[in-house]
Amino acid sequence: MVEWTDEERAAISDIFSKLDYDDIGPKSLSRCLIVYPWTQRYFGGFGNLYNAEAIMNNPLIAKHGTTVLHGLDRALKNMDDIKNTYAELSVLHSEKLHVDPDNFKLLSDCLTIVIAGKMGNAFTPEYQASFQKFLSVVVSALGRQYH
Amino acid sequence: PGAEKWLTNTFTQTCAVRPSRHSTFTHSTSATGYNMLTKHEKELIAKIWDKMIPVASDIGAECLLRMMTTFPGTKTYFAHLDIRPGSPHLRSHGKKIVLAIAECSKDISSMMVTLAPLQTLHAYKLRIDPCNFKLLCHCILVTLAAHMGDEFNPVAHAAMDKYLSAFAAVLAEKYR
Repeated sequence: MVEWTDEERAAISDIFSKLDYDDIGPKSLSRCLIVYPWTQRYFGGFGNLYNAEAIMNNPLIAKHGTTVLHGLDRALKNMDDIKNTYAELSVLHSEKLHVDPDNFKLLSDCLTIVIAGKMGNAFTPEYQASFQKFLSVVVSALGRQYH
Repeated sequence: PGAEKWLTNTFTQTCAVRPSRHSTFTHSTSATGYNMLTKHEKELIAKIWDKMIPVASDIGAECLLRMMTTFPGTKTYFAHLDIRPGSPHLRSHGKKIVLAIAECSKDISSMMVTLAPLQTLHAYKLRIDPCNFKLLCHCILVTLAAHMGDEFNPVAHAAMDKYLSAFAAVLAEKYR
């Protein structure tokens, strides 16, 4: 089981309480598709991904970005058992979506950078460390059911 | 060109920045000035780093602090320094790193030449495991985002990530 200090819990709660899901979700997913273009392989049915502008204005991508970000809520509500919280989603990503689990890290890095851009100096090194620890636990849980 | 770009991106993304098997690869991309970057991207990168030069100590210290706080294993390379927030060691060391990256950004095509002394330093003296370059690069991106806000848009981010990956790959070239 992952140990969380009070400071870490507070930092993570604070970050999520200030999060505009409809803004940050789309920005993170579209950024991932632009910075790491090979991730577009999973979005064949999402319409125009021809260039950065098209990706940033794509409504299907935006909607999916929000969905993915809300997926983190489960971990937030179950910080003491993130591993089991994502067991089903892990199976989904492995068996149905066939997503390379390395990609989870790419998206989580983009999310971190978008939040840093939004929060500026308020995203202190300590906040960054807590948030990245949280994301790495989620990423690990999502990759767990792959075989 | 698409496949090469994909492979180069994947190569520089993985932790195994090991020169031996891939040195011809890195050589061909380095010698031709990184096919990964367009003229526009190179200008963007140079412009961003130019703005960082006057605040190199602040930016550099922040990058290092973010890295050591988020990835505590990286602290092992700094046992000889005072790495507390605000420490003069952190600022002077951070400044060196930022200035090297900024200097290189002025003429990205000449990266192999510009970085030759630093390649030797890292390979024979510092011997920092190249896995860690990725961690610092990530923290540099976070620092830039925190300071630049919306200006650090996806296009700038992509360009910068490619530049820093290439920089790290060149730095590791003499390791073996």
